[in-house]
Amino acid sequence: MSVLIAVEPVNGTINKGGFELATFARLTADQLGTEANALVLGNASNAGELGKYGIHTVHTLQHPNLEVFDSQVYSKVIAQAAKQLGANIVVVRHTANGKSILGRLAILMSADAVSGVNAAPQAGSVFTVSKSVYSGKAIAHYQLSSNTKVLSLMGNALQPQFLGQEVNPQAISLEVGNPKLQLVSRETETGHVPLPEAEKVVSAGRGMKGPENWGIVEELAAALGATTACSRPVADTGWRPHHEHVGQTGVAIRPNLYIAIGISGAIQHLAGVNNSKTIVVINKDPEAPFFKAADYGVVGDLFEVVPRLTEAVKKFKNA
Amino acid sequence: MKILVCISKTPDTTSKISFVNNGKEFNSEGIQYIMNPYDEWYALVRAVELKEKNGGSVTVINVGDVSSEIVIRKALAIGADDAIRVDVSPESSLQVAKEIAAHASGYDLVLTGKETIDYNGAEVGAMLAELLDLPYVSFAFKLEKEGDNWLVSREVEGGTETLKVGGPIVLSAAKGMAEQRIPNMQGIMMAKKKPLNVVASIGAEKGSVVASHEMPPAKSGVKMIAPDDMDTLVKLLHEEAKVI
Ligand SMILES: Cc1cc2nc3c(=O)[nH]c(=O)nc-3n(C[C@H](O)[C@H](O)[C@H](O)COP(=O)(O)OP(=O)(O)OC[C@H]3O[C@@H](n4cnc5c(N)ncnc54)[C@H](O)[C@@H]3O)c2cc1C
Repeated sequence: MSVLIAVEPVNGTINKGGFELATFARLTADQLGTEANALVLGNASNAGELGKYGIHTVHTLQHPNLEVFDSQVYSKVIAQAAKQLGANIVVVRHTANGKSILGRLAILMSADAVSGVNAAPQAGSVFTVSKSVYSGKAIAHYQLSSNTKVLSLMGNALQPQFLGQEVNPQAISLEVGNPKLQLVSRETETGHVPLPEAEKVVSAGRGMKGPENWGIVEELAAALGATTACSRPVADTGWRPHHEHVGQTGVAIRPNLYIAIGISGAIQHLAGVNNSKTIVVINKDPEAPFFKAADYGVVGDLFEVVPRLTEAVKKFKNA
Repeated sequence: MKILVCISKTPDTTSKISFVNNGKEFNSEGIQYIMNPYDEWYALVRAVELKEKNGGSVTVINVGDVSSEIVIRKALAIGADDAIRVDVSPESSLQVAKEIAAHASGYDLVLTGKETIDYNGAEVGAMLAELLDLPYVSFAFKLEKEGDNWLVSREVEGGTETLKVGGPIVLSAAKGMAEQRIPNMQGIMMAKKKPLNVVASIGAEKGSVVASHEMPPAKSGVKMIAPDDMDTLVKLLHEEAKVI
């Protein structure tokens, strides 16, 4: 019995999401009186750092067949590792890839599965985990009775914690099948943190009047080191790219800071963002529904308020 | 080309969500149900477009009781040719995937939405792919047929990728795949005559089910800051909220 995390490095390094996973696995293992190990799929310069976040042994696997992500290949490898290492709980990240592994592992390992777990398991006699459901409108608790469990952990669900020492990764030998998917091309967006992982998000809506006005939003985001997002109509009319659309039918996010500029706060928008730790709303309409979901509110014209906020942030950073 | 689209019924996006029976049961009073938007706007519409272009047929499948028939008829009105309803109220993704798998062989393409807007699981597609032993591409925003292959673009962490794969495959559809279609009068009339086959459940196991629900903690109330005093906002974000 042990906990195993499967970590996929992004561009040759394990990112914060991987360390969150390590912390989650360790907290889970501590509750169950067992240890947490890691399987790193692909090349990562910082694999040993997983030890700092509580991982006992870091197993690394490099194989040309892992260069394209084929969930069929990855899942079989992870299930094999779990068997070999005697792990009965496998945790992956709740990313596009992680989600496609989770469902397969549930079948392959005949495991109880919960996707998008949002906190460490609750202490108690029955293994209980929670996730946000109805796009953030409610929380569901799952009690897992099967001995074998597979979970995917939501990004930003917990902060990585130092729970151990850096370790020397060890190569593991596992059979890696041939992928059926063939990679044609890959486009990486560099220079900013992807939305689901971003700790700070600056988001703007129809109040911006047009795409030509987005400069002030980007400047505020740059000053804060934040990722930009938008409401659905803004993406639908092509003012901003689709991947920036947050909400019930867009990306669901839970950053530490969400700044909403010229967004009314429709229920479908709130659904995807109301798990944010701190919400700031800037809107000229004091009746805008978003203020009810906000921690800090500013009633005013965004074209004046936003540049002022950017200046204040810069002043604070330089102080 | 034979395409199967998995559709589910979810509460309308404007629904106020609440629970009864100590948080164990969803309170369906006054709830309007719709077809899960990802299933409808992206998976189904793309399936119909591919059929229009390449010929073939589109079947929709739903695991649900008779109350699902309204969304099934809508799918037929949008352009599906026939429908299967597995007659059981599902309680978990595993149960849905197993019930669907029993009817999902012989298709060139099996489509789901990227997730449902109720339990946000994003699990059924992957489970189905494993049960059918087929390749799976999740979060696809573009899908084209190229000879015997599928050309698929999908969202990944920090970017996008385009993949080539021979059929049959299972795929989950995300935004970008297609544009929402409003069924027209002719579609609605024709939908009434299209076959909707109700089949018995195979009694698939449920695996993990929800034990209870609760509502997220309410915000403690908004603090208003004067629009000309952004220094105070920054100070509060630093000292009180500790986010910058
Ligand atoms: C099935 C369904 C799914 C949906 N999914 C989503 C989703 O995932 N995400 C999403 O965002 N929406 C979604 N919507 C749409 C949602 O209902 C709203 O229509 C949308 O969120 C509104 O976007 P907005 O706030 O940018 O625009 P509006 O509602 O038009 O709000 C603009 C706001 O800007 C303010 N404003 C205008 N000028 C200024 C100024 N100079 N200074 C300051 N403030 C100003 C106004 O007071 C107003 O509050 C969905 C709708 C449906 C039906």
